[in-house]
Amino acid sequence: MKSNIFRRSLILTAAMLLGVLVIFSGCASEGWSPLAAQQRLRVATTTSLYDTGLWGYLEEKFEKEYKVELDVLYAGTGKALEWGRRGDVDVITVHDKSREEQFVAEGYGVERHPFAYNYFVIIGPQSDPAEIENMDPVEAFRKLMEEGQTNGDVKFVSRGDDSGTHSKEKSVWQAAGYDYEDVRASGAWYIEAGSGMGPILVMANEKSAYTLSDMGTYLAFKGELSLVPLVGKGGILLNVYSAIAVNPEKIGGVKIEMANNLIDFLLSEEIQELIGEYGVEEYGRQLFIPCAGQEL
Amino acid sequence: MSEIADAFVTALKLIFTGDPEVLSITARTMAISGSSILIGALIFIPLGSLIYFHDFRGKRILVNLIQTLFTLPTVFVGLLVFITFSRAGPLGGWGILLTPTAMIIGQAILIAPIITGLTISALSGVSPEIRETAVSLGATRFQTIGMILREARYAVVAALLLGFGRAFSEVGCAIMVGGNIAGYTRVLTTAMALEAQKGNIELAMALGIILIALALIVSVLANRLQQRWVR
Repeated sequence: MKSNIFRRSLILTAAMLLGVLVIFSGCASEGWSPLAAQQRLRVATTTSLYDTGLWGYLEEKFEKEYKVELDVLYAGTGKALEWGRRGDVDVITVHDKSREEQFVAEGYGVERHPFAYNYFVIIGPQSDPAEIENMDPVEAFRKLMEEGQTNGDVKFVSRGDDSGTHSKEKSVWQAAGYDYEDVRASGAWYIEAGSGMGPILVMANEKSAYTLSDMGTYLAFKGELSLVPLVGKGGILLNVYSAIAVNPEKIGGVKIEMANNLIDFLLSEEIQELIGEYGVEEYGRQLFIPCAGQEL
Repeated sequence: MSEIADAFVTALKLIFTGDPEVLSITARTMAISGSSILIGALIFIPLGSLIYFHDFRGKRILVNLIQTLFTLPTVFVGLLVFITFSRAGPLGGWGILLTPTAMIIGQAILIAPIITGLTISALSGVSPEIRETAVSLGATRFQTIGMILREARYAVVAALLLGFGRAFSEVGCAIMVGGNIAGYTRVLTTAMALEAQKGNIELAMALGIILIALALIVSVLANRLQQRWVR
């Protein structure tokens, strides 16, 4: 008797599973199937190109021109590269030269194509307790380190998330003569937040702290912040965005033809011009300087 | 305070002007979470019943384990689904990572312990007399099971609602396996996270208000359904 119920329950469960399969195939007909995923091109982009709205703007144009669904995924540079390595995206647009070169050297990427640049800015409270305004960025970091350890009003919020901005921060510390591990261990003034640029700006604002930001995200957030840009000049703050197609020889399933189309599109004269003009109306200044064909 | 008020105004505007993007995000959210709860109900209510109606060694431990998994972290489930369906992963060939299908799977896994565990609790809550009465009146085993399930329906529906709430409101797994792709895998919670990240706090809050309003509607509908079932 008992085994009878057991059998019946099993049959019931099996029937339910079958029902689930039917639901899944139903989803498939709505374009949710694995097959539909094959007709889409995926680009992983760094958050700054996304949050400023640049990708949303370019996506439409690309989809119209090439008749393909473009899926734009945003993440820090570290994660975008990881997506590339795992073969989950076809193209990446990121901003961390040394890791990009490594990505290509390891065979994951085909070639690095810089397509736009701007500058990072050190922003901080208007009162500027560390007095770094208009200093050279490397000097400014040195000053922040000294003041941070002695002056209780000086704090720095770091991305701490392996993003391109975080990499840049590390390289400025290095240029200032510090070992990054020592910076991390230098005290409570150095706050490692482990979050995206937007939340970091909000956090720095709440804490009246300094931070390093890309120009685009800062401008997008400006209305919410009482922080001001303090240091924006100096070659070390150069912020170059590149596009790299994932290498089909290393990673199976990459839609290389369409990926190359996307890179050609970004580097085309027409789109380069649009990138240069993008955001001028909304933010009152140029966000990205096009640089196709230049060695940056 | 005015920010909160503004968010309400924005939410109402978005709802009543029928902003196409918000509407499509809302519809997608319901479709994805609805699918995951449907799958959850179809698999895990029977599974919970199966466990309840059978005595076997280790049953207590199993039930404890299921209850522990109520707190399954969403990001953990996200990672699990990510590494399974990533192209470099064991089921990478299916190509479903960063699609709504992956999100449904993730949410179904997330709510599996809740529905299974609470179904067991719901059935345990039914008075044993009912079982005995049914048997003494000559009901077959199958009829008995049906009767007990009927008695436990309030608690089972509550389990489903709780599961739906969890699937509907989580963001960690959705963003990790769906990628928050505009027009494809963007749901209310991931859209909120993005808008907050972009500094559109008001819009993010408005989306949150829409989400809560939807949850209210779902819960009212579920209660209605239950009452109709009684008659």
